[in-house]
Amino acid sequence: MSNPTTYFQPVRTWSGNYLIWMFALVLLVLAGGYCAYHMEHEGHHITGMNNSVVWGLPHVFAISLILAASGALNGATLSSVFGNKLYTPYARLSVVLSVCLLVGGLIVLVLDLGRPDRLAVAMTTYNFRSIFSWNIFLYTGFIAIGVIYLATMLERSLQRFNRPVGALALLWRIVLTSGTGSIFGFLVGRSALDSAILAPLFIALSLVMGSAALALVIPWVSRWQHSSVSLHHAPPTRQSMMKLLLWCVLAVLYFSAVHHVTNLYIAEHRQDEHNVLQGAFAGVFWLGHIAIIATGLVFLQTLRHSGELSSTAWHLLCAVLLIACAMILYTVIIGSQSTPQLLFPDKIITASSFGDAGVPAYRPTSWEWGFGMGGIALSLLLLGLVLRVLPISPTSQS
Amino acid sequence: MQSSSTNNKNSKAQQARRRFLQKLGLLGAAADSYTLLELQAKTTASAASGDKRWGLLIDTSKCASGCDACVRGCNTEHGIDASDSDLTRAQWIRKIDLKDKLTGKESSLPVMCQHCDSAPCVDVCPTGASFKRADGVVLVNKHTCIGCRYCMMACPYKARSFIHENLTEQKPSAPRGKGTVESCTLCVHRIDSEQDMQPACAVACTDEAHSAIVFGDLNDPDSNISRQLQSAGGSQIRSDLQLNTGVRYHGL
Repeated sequence: MSNPTTYFQPVRTWSGNYLIWMFALVLLVLAGGYCAYHMEHEGHHITGMNNSVVWGLPHVFAISLILAASGALNGATLSSVFGNKLYTPYARLSVVLSVCLLVGGLIVLVLDLGRPDRLAVAMTTYNFRSIFSWNIFLYTGFIAIGVIYLATMLERSLQRFNRPVGALALLWRIVLTSGTGSIFGFLVGRSALDSAILAPLFIALSLVMGSAALALVIPWVSRWQHSSVSLHHAPPTRQSMMKLLLWCVLAVLYFSAVHHVTNLYIAEHRQDEHNVLQGAFAGVFWLGHIAIIATGLVFLQTLRHSGELSSTAWHLLCAVLLIACAMILYTVIIGSQSTPQLLFPDKIITASSFGDAGVPAYRPTSWEWGFGMGGIALSLLLLGLVLRVLPISPTSQS
Repeated sequence: MQSSSTNNKNSKAQQARRRFLQKLGLLGAAADSYTLLELQAKTTASAASGDKRWGLLIDTSKCASGCDACVRGCNTEHGIDASDSDLTRAQWIRKIDLKDKLTGKESSLPVMCQHCDSAPCVDVCPTGASFKRADGVVLVNKHTCIGCRYCMMACPYKARSFIHENLTEQKPSAPRGKGTVESCTLCVHRIDSEQDMQPACAVACTDEAHSAIVFGDLNDPDSNISRQLQSAGGSQIRSDLQLNTGVRYHGL
C-alpha cells in the first residue's frame, strides 16, 4: 500500500535532535504532572475555575487535543479510504498522531476531574442517558480502532483489511466528534450552548485542527529521520492539504455563522449572544475568527496563483489555524459560561451572593496553563516513543 | 478418690462449658443487636417512597429582603463554611433580590436545588451519581461522584456547588468531600429520621417569624403545602423548561 519510493523505519536514537526533543518533552510532562498534582492536592480553588465557570482552560486543551486527534486521521483516511497516494507516506504517522493526541486529551480531562482517583468508577458505572458515558466508549473504541488500523498498515497479511478498517475509523471519528460537540449542544440551562449545530461545528473544527497538527508534525519527524520524503512530497501534498484546509475553514466559518446569527434571532438567546460578541471574551472570539478568515484568504490566494508557499509560511499558517480554532473553542466552552444564567426573564436581579446578576469572572492561572501544556507535551512524547519503536516515519529509498 | 477427682473434672468442664455458652449468648445478643441496628438503618434508608413527593412552597411576599436566616440555617445544619470566596464556596441555598422589569415591584426569594422531576443533572451524570429518589429528592451519591461538573453545566438553576477546597469540621449527618459536587438535599437526614421534621431552612425561616418556606408532601392533598398551592397557586422558575420542579414559588 505504500508508495514504491518510500519505506518506513523507526527513528534512530541519535538522529536529528530526537533526544533533545524527548528530554524537553519529559520536562514539560513532569511540569504538567506537578500542576495536576498540586491542583488535586490543594483543590480547584488554585485555578481560575469557580462555581460559575466550572469548565476552564484545561477543558479547552483537552477538547482541542481530542478534536485534533479525530482530524489528524485525515491523512490515513485520504490514503486508504479515498485512495489519494499523496498521503500514503504519512498514513501511519497520521494514525499514531491521532491516537497519541487522543490519549493526551483524555489524560488532561481525567486529571481535571475533582476525583481522578475514581477513574475506575467512571469506567465501570455508566448512565447511558448521559452523552459523557457514550463518549467514554467512543474514545476507548477510537483508540482500539486506531491500533487495528495501524496493524493493517504494518502487517502485510492484514493489509487487505486496511480499507474497511479505514472506513470504520472514518465513521467512528465522525460519531466521536459529534458526541464531543453534543456534550455542549444539549444544555438547556445555557442558551449560548443549547444548539445541535455544535456537533457539525466541532467536526469542522476537528478537520482543521487535525490537518494542521499533521502538517506541523511531518517536518518535525522528518528532521529526526533526516528524511527527504517530506521535501519530495512537499509541494503537491502541501497544495492538497491547503485545499483540504480551505474547505474545512469554510465549513467552520459557515457553522459558526449559522450558530451565532440564529442566536441573534432567537429572543431568549439574544442577551447571551451579545455577551459572546461584545462581552469579556469578545476579543478572543473575534481574534480567533479573523485569524481563521485571514489564513483561509492566504490559502485561497496561494492556490489561485503560484500554488506554493514557503515551508516557514506554511507551518506558520498551520500554527495560526491551530491556535485560532482553540480560541473559537475557548469562546464556546468558557465564553458560554461567562454569561449569567437566565433564571427570571421578566426581572432584574438586584442582589445575589452567587453572581447571578453580573458576568462571571474567569482568568486562567499558570497551573492551568502548565497542566494543559503538559497534555500537549504528553501527546508528543508518546508520539516520539512510538516512532522510536515502530516503522512509522517515511524515508526515501536509498 | 478417683471418683472425687473425676467429679471435680466434670464440674470444671461443666463450668467451662457454662462460661463458653454465656459468652456465646453474649456474642449472639450483640450480633442480634447489630443486626437490629442494621435493619433499622435499612428501614430508614428504604423509607423513600413513590407515594410521597417532598417539596417546598416559598411565599415571596413573606420573604424579607436582607434576611438570610434560611441560608444561615442551611450552612449551620450542613457544616458549610460561608467565609470563603463567594465564587468558590458551596452555596446550597442563596438569596436573590429581584425587581420586575415592567412594574418595578421588588421581591426577595431563596433559590436552591429545585428537585426537578425531569432533572437535567440526573440525565447528564456519567456515573449516575446524581440521582432522584422515589420521593422526588435529588441527591448526589458522594461515593460515585467523580467531580466532572457536567451536572453543574446542565443545571438551569445554578444550584450546585463544586467543593474547591479542603473541608474541616464536617457534620456526620452531611458528609461532604473536596472534588465532588453537592447541592440542597432537602435535609433528608432530618425528614427521613422522624415524622413532621422540617428542613433547616424552613425551620430557620419560621424562627425568624417569616414562615415564608413551607415544606411538605406534594402528593398528599391534605398536606399544608398542597392546600396552600391549591388556594394561592405556585409557579416554577423557568417553567418553560417543563422540569416539574418540587420547589414552587408564590408571588413570583
